[in-house]
Amino acid sequence: MAHATTHSGTPAVALPVISAAELLPWAVFGGLLLVLMVYFVGAEQGATSLIQGREVHEFVHDARHLLGFPCH
Amino acid sequence: MVGIYLARGMLIGILAGLLAFGVATLIGEPPVERAIAFEAAQATGGHEHHDAAATPDTVEAGHSHHHHHDAQAADEEEELFSRGTQGGWGLLTGLLVYGAAVGGMFALTYAYAQGRMGTLGPRGLAAILALLGFLAVVLVPAFKYPANPPAVGNPDSIQQRTALFFILLILSVAAMAAAVVTARRLAARWGTWNAGLAGGALFLAVMIAAGYALPEVNEVPETFPAQLLWRFRIASWGIHAALWAALGLGFGWLCERAQSRDLQALRRGDGPALF
Repeated sequence: MAHATTHSGTPAVALPVISAAELLPWAVFGGLLLVLMVYFVGAEQGATSLIQGREVHEFVHDARHLLGFPCH
Repeated sequence: MVGIYLARGMLIGILAGLLAFGVATLIGEPPVERAIAFEAAQATGGHEHHDAAATPDTVEAGHSHHHHHDAQAADEEEELFSRGTQGGWGLLTGLLVYGAAVGGMFALTYAYAQGRMGTLGPRGLAAILALLGFLAVVLVPAFKYPANPPAVGNPDSIQQRTALFFILLILSVAAMAAAVVTARRLAARWGTWNAGLAGGALFLAVMIAAGYALPEVNEVPETFPAQLLWRFRIASWGIHAALWAALGLGFGWLCERAQSRDLQALRRGDGPALF
């Protein structure tokens, strides 16, 4: 939106630039949630445990191996 | 705007995870089963490739020290989930959660890259980002620390292996980000092609240096079939390739078809719709 005056090669509808300030809260809080999701599939009850037991590890066992995460 | 992108990315990511589950069922589960059969045969044959499975492990029950296959010979430990569950619902859950998470991170990256990567439209931008993401997150780190099937890996080194894996992963993503930023900076002076080559060279240089600097990990048992290891690793790459291809092409398609409505909504001052 902000940059109407770009070079001639720009298509008719240029994609709007999203400011870093608008992106930051999403990147921080969304990113935290997303990293936690990857952690539970990839590493929980392996090298580190947030929840006691082996249930998470054993349930996602095949996904963890096939996605290439270190698994036992 | 960012929230809508995030939702789109996670939605496409779940669908991509579903596709990945199809690929995993087709080409991933057979080598997993064969690796588990190998592991069981090793355990009953007295060839201990891990630590002594005979040690009673009740004290450390909460520590996931032993893999349940190791304990099959000792039949002390109960199986938490059957192989059917692990290869079915467990695999599906893992891939859907992973797909949603990767889709969300991809969408956040796309939101930042949009309008900052030259004249690419939504489809082109999403496809390029997915290709670069696949290289940085999956393929290049896997050359150093590849996926390992059951029966490969010493439980005593899990801490170290996990740390090394994530160090290389973070380094690879950071190197790719630096490469893209560098290429964008150089593009005005050198032209897009040469700037792209410079960015690629930077990424390669960092990853080759990292490959030499980080320690080697090789815990494949001597007698583990080479063909089986190869099949397993090919399957792992195939699953990731399917996931990233579906993510890049699907997200680009969704954003391309919503583009004019997105822009109209922004002009009106409304938030854009999900589709």
